[in-house]
Amino acid sequence: MSAILSIKEMKKSFGSLDVLKGIDLEVKESETIVILGASGSGKSTMLRCINFLEMPTSGEIHLNDELVGTVRGKGENTNITYRESDLCSLRTKVGMVFQQFNLFPHMTVLENVMEGQVTVLKRKKIDASNRAKEQLGKVNLLDKIDQYPSHLSGGQQQRVAIARALAMDPKVMLFDEVTSALDPELVGEVLQTIRSLRDEGMTMLLVTHELGFAYHVADRILFLHEGQILEQGTPQDILFHSKQARTKEFLKGHAAFSLPNPETD
Amino acid sequence: MEFSYNWDFNSILFNWDVLAHGLLVTMQISAITLTAGLGFGFFLGLGRYSRLQIFRFPSNVFVELFRNVPALVVIIWFFFAFPIISPFEVDAFTAACLAISVNTAAFSADIYRAGIQSISPHQWEAGRALGMPYLTILRRIVFPQAIKRVIPPLTSRGIEAVKLSTLASVIAVNELLYSAKQLSAIHFNPIEAYTAVALIFFMIIYPLTRFSYFLERRLGHSD
Amino acid sequence: MYEWDFSVIPMNADLLIMGLYGTIKVFVSAFVIGFPSGLILALMRLSRFKIISIPIGLFIDFLRSTPALILLFWFFFAFPIIIGLMIQAFLAATLTLAIVAAAFYAEIFRAGINSIERGQWESASALGMTRLELLRRVILPQAIKRMIPAFLERTIELLKTTPLMAAVAYSDLLFQAMDIAQKTFRPLEVLTVVAGIYFMMIYPTSLGVRKLERKLAKSGESTVH
Ligand SMILES: Nc1ncnc2c1ncn2[C@@H]1O[C@H](COP(=O)(O)OP(=O)(O)OP(=O)(O)O)[C@@H](O)[C@H]1O
Ligand SMILES: [Mg+2]
Repeated sequence: MSAILSIKEMKKSFGSLDVLKGIDLEVKESETIVILGASGSGKSTMLRCINFLEMPTSGEIHLNDELVGTVRGKGENTNITYRESDLCSLRTKVGMVFQQFNLFPHMTVLENVMEGQVTVLKRKKIDASNRAKEQLGKVNLLDKIDQYPSHLSGGQQQRVAIARALAMDPKVMLFDEVTSALDPELVGEVLQTIRSLRDEGMTMLLVTHELGFAYHVADRILFLHEGQILEQGTPQDILFHSKQARTKEFLKGHAAFSLPNPETD
Repeated sequence: MEFSYNWDFNSILFNWDVLAHGLLVTMQISAITLTAGLGFGFFLGLGRYSRLQIFRFPSNVFVELFRNVPALVVIIWFFFAFPIISPFEVDAFTAACLAISVNTAAFSADIYRAGIQSISPHQWEAGRALGMPYLTILRRIVFPQAIKRVIPPLTSRGIEAVKLSTLASVIAVNELLYSAKQLSAIHFNPIEAYTAVALIFFMIIYPLTRFSYFLERRLGHSD
Repeated sequence: MYEWDFSVIPMNADLLIMGLYGTIKVFVSAFVIGFPSGLILALMRLSRFKIISIPIGLFIDFLRSTPALILLFWFFFAFPIIIGLMIQAFLAATLTLAIVAAAFYAEIFRAGINSIERGQWESASALGMTRLELLRRVILPQAIKRMIPAFLERTIELLKTTPLMAAVAYSDLLFQAMDIAQKTFRPLEVLTVVAGIYFMMIYPTSLGVRKLERKLAKSGESTVH
């Protein structure tokens, strides 16, 4: 089966700082990929480049075998330009959830989830509302649809944010440390939501520090180091039989998260 | 000091229609310059916020120019200098309206810009991540949140524009202050005339000022 | 097509310089009178005696919400009749600008003084200082720093109000310019240049204030407005 998302030689620098130094990645349909790496290794930048919240400095991204962007010129001198319309249509297919929820504070929960459907996908209000309710039902928030975000707990807000992204019917979902801003007792409900997404077959890339969770949901784990994929493999490979000193060192720092025992699990 | 002056407010009361007409013109100037100034200022503010140099540069020049040249100098310029190069007729009323409008536009532009800038970049990002284009994000996400923050300072700016309307008297636009000047010339009652006009302005502007404080407190707390 | 002729500017440079001098003279005089008056007004406004604080508050509000030009006309045309003495345009202008500036300065002083926490007042009065001593030695030195940007802004505003004096024929820069424009039939050149002179006086100053404000904001100093 061919890749739903393929990234070729993606680089990104901020001025003289090279943050991504050539990322190659093929993501298969329904695959769940967890990205690990030390702070500053470029995890967020990688996710943000995939949906062009940051412009990659070079490289190509194909979604469903279609190149993102518009090719200009002929022969040797081709280059890819990104028009706003290219990027907007890509972003409807690649959903993203942030650490800081970023709900729209002036809209109710229902309006938050309808907004993109109505303004971007041009769905009829009634259809958007039905779709929003369906999605909010899945994250168990149907009783909150008329509330404003400021009246919700962090975990509830994050679940609304996930519903908002999913209501756009994306092909791929990106999650950037979505539980890092939550109180420990609220982390579980959000992870549960992501886990059931995986069971439904959503294609996902997620950055997380919850190694136990990564172990259970990931089909593949990437270890990012200084803007490159240093190592990748199954959770078993990476979390227990890593070949790289850097990876081992990183994992040691996370001992507190207490990995499940591979033998009994 | 002996205080033997005989107050003569009768000459004001008998000529109330002169002041009423002046007040009407004052209101006309205020209405025109508020609409034009706050409206144009909005686009200037967007221009100043824009990522594109071709919008940003002219907006910046306009704003800095009219923020930093005194309003009366601008009025005089529009009345005496501008007609020479103007493609259309410029009477005193038009000159005053133009000058006060550009002044209001320049000052309000920065209020709008600050309002837009006060919205967290995370909100922009959330909009972009949903595939919303720039203008849609502005319209649906940023403006509705920014409006609460710009209304109090815009109200103050509006009050300032009403106060500026008195400058039109210098080029003989017959607004309220000019009416007082005429009355006092005919009836030799400058004390009564100017006191009356000062009180009228105070009665218009003071409640507006209190209202703007009220708005500031109300809108400031609801965030 | 209009033919520009800027030669009228150098030909009348002396008059313009005289006008500029007039502008600066009245600006400085108004500042020198207005600034301390503002402090006095603020202290009266903050007085514990309502019989002082309420009327002074009303007076400040009146000055702040009445257009300056009306006050100027009042001082120039009406005031002399009351006191039974002619007063010169310069005096009327200076008085008007000073009193308006004082009202605005007073509000800044008040906001600055109010921004000092209660604890400061209490801890200092525990040391046995009198109210005035306390104000002078403890409160004001702290408050002044926070007021600086607002003060400077207001002072620029004062400079921007000076052209109003031309309306009572005081020969400031604007009045001279109008005079020259009329005599030479070159209003476009003269008034444009004079607008430029005002711009060059005011713009660098307001840039400086903005820079200072940013610096204070960055270093975490609070300011009042
Ligand atoms: N907009 C930007 N401008 C300049 N430098 C940036 C920008 N965004 C990120 N960087 C730099 O790029 C590097 C990688 O940042 P990134 O946020 O991708 O790291 P990360 O792996 O997500 O780290 P963390 O675990 O702390 O979130 C860092 O050195 C960061 O300072
Ligand atoms: Mg990150």
